[in-house]
Amino acid sequence: MSDYHIEGQRFDTSLGWVQETQYAFFEALDLDSGLVLSPVTIAYETYGRLNEARDNAVLILHALSGDAHVAGYHRGDSRPGWWDMMVGPGKAFDTNKYFVICSNVIGGCKGSSGPCSLNPETNEPYGLRFPVVTLPDMVRAQKMLVGLLGIERLLGVCGGSMGGMQALQWVTAYPEMVASCIPIACTHKHSPMQIAFNEVGRQAIMRDRNWRGGDYYDAEAPDTGLTIARMIGHVTYLSDESMRDKFGRRLRGKEVFGFDFESIDFEVESYLKHQGEVFTRRFDANSYLYITKALDYFDLSNGQGTLVQAFADTLPETRFLVIAFSSDWLYPPYQSKDIVRALKGNGLDCTYLEIKASYGHDSFLVEKEQLTLLIKSFLEVTARRNGVKVAG
Amino acid sequence: MADGQRLDHLFIVEVVEPGSRVLDVGSGRGTLLKLLADRKDVRGTGVEIGEEKVYEAVAKGLSVYHGDVDEGLSDYPSGMFDYVILNQTLQQARETVLVMEEGLRVGRRLIVGVPNFAYWAARVQLMFQGRAPVTRNLPYQWYDTPNIHSVSIRDFRLFARHHGMRVVRAFYLGPRGRVRFWPNLMAQQGVFVLEKG
Repeated sequence: MSDYHIEGQRFDTSLGWVQETQYAFFEALDLDSGLVLSPVTIAYETYGRLNEARDNAVLILHALSGDAHVAGYHRGDSRPGWWDMMVGPGKAFDTNKYFVICSNVIGGCKGSSGPCSLNPETNEPYGLRFPVVTLPDMVRAQKMLVGLLGIERLLGVCGGSMGGMQALQWVTAYPEMVASCIPIACTHKHSPMQIAFNEVGRQAIMRDRNWRGGDYYDAEAPDTGLTIARMIGHVTYLSDESMRDKFGRRLRGKEVFGFDFESIDFEVESYLKHQGEVFTRRFDANSYLYITKALDYFDLSNGQGTLVQAFADTLPETRFLVIAFSSDWLYPPYQSKDIVRALKGNGLDCTYLEIKASYGHDSFLVEKEQLTLLIKSFLEVTARRNGVKVAG
Repeated sequence: MADGQRLDHLFIVEVVEPGSRVLDVGSGRGTLLKLLADRKDVRGTGVEIGEEKVYEAVAKGLSVYHGDVDEGLSDYPSGMFDYVILNQTLQQARETVLVMEEGLRVGRRLIVGVPNFAYWAARVQLMFQGRAPVTRNLPYQWYDTPNIHSVSIRDFRLFARHHGMRVVRAFYLGPRGRVRFWPNLMAQQGVFVLEKG
């Protein structure tokens, strides 16, 4: 997930100043590995108001490098949350109507328990002593948070990329808690190609001399490795077309080739280097390892049975809106179609759209008009069908 | 073709029982499905290849699969729908027989609307001008038509019989409304309700 400056994104049409990230604390969480994470911290933000019936809540799930801060501005920030184009008054996730929740995944580094958190046994950062977590573990943690907020059923779960996978995990693990599911630009299981890209990123980090088996918190961090991992990731988020449009073969600050390897020749090189370096300031290398591992382990059918069977317990009235992007080669539309095929096989109510877009995987952070058109009416119908009273 | 209260739509609305489950293959902007939802309380799903049309249908509150006719049917379990509708769609499908058979597998009944290539005005154009017909119901030139099959009302009935499908009701439309006599000559389109023979 990259940073974009979205056209028409302004402070006065956003939520404006929003409350700082909040924290929920839990005693323990059982993990798929058989281990127990204890204690558990979950960083989260909420927007809008929970109605009296407590049934207008929508849970938004973030992607690999996202956080709980979806929308609006924190004091002192010049940029809004990562999906501000979608969440706010009058937007697709209309905060005048819905109570929007987003939390940081466990294993992350944005406030929820992760490898950079303090290990209570040693009083030092966990590093690799943090247990390996899976996407189902992340969702199990979110379920605790949703329960704490007094919500028994979510009107919707939605996310792009890894967020979409969590949305699918939600609806299959807790079918009675989800009225609708909006997986965007995602898959039901990581393909060998997706695992391969993640592995290159992990190797770049682990082979950085500063990584030191994950114990670098009191010394220099493996920034070189994390930079390279991010550069590779970034290439997979773009598309051939968007890179041709954005950079072409333009040179960076020079008229002729440098004929060397120290200076930067092409715009695209400079862009990737910049993105990689900026990333090291806001992300923890160990979290990158943990989260990519969780992604690679993800398989909705758990390696058992078919994908059709994975949705067997889904309630028949559950609504789905599955969205893919034509130029997304990291999570190509065929993977979304596989999901839709399984939904159809269960006779479930599903809308599928392949949006023609040139931004590759990152389209879900850019294609505001199309996503808004779809999600807005989809949520309104879902609310109506479920007898949810919303303002406006 | 202009949307609105089309006679073929009204016929289909009359045929479909209240509360039916309907799959409309080639659902366009969702006009027919919306009409069916409003008047007959159907639970409808559409299949549509045109991206812009899908947005319009979703805005009407409908569920739509963005894809073509040939991939729209195969993933549903048998008997999932009461009606599968192929209105002005079949002539654009590559696998005509397969689409029809799949339609009658996933649906109890099939409603098919086809343009009539044997309409008298088309015959006149072919006979006296020696040109591929262009009519109100077949508005395309030979080089830009999405219709890959030319079918007449007679052709369609013979096709259905040959493939073990029974026409239980039929409705024919000409320029001035319903056509009751010599439909293969006088009608611009036919709408058929079919069951397994």
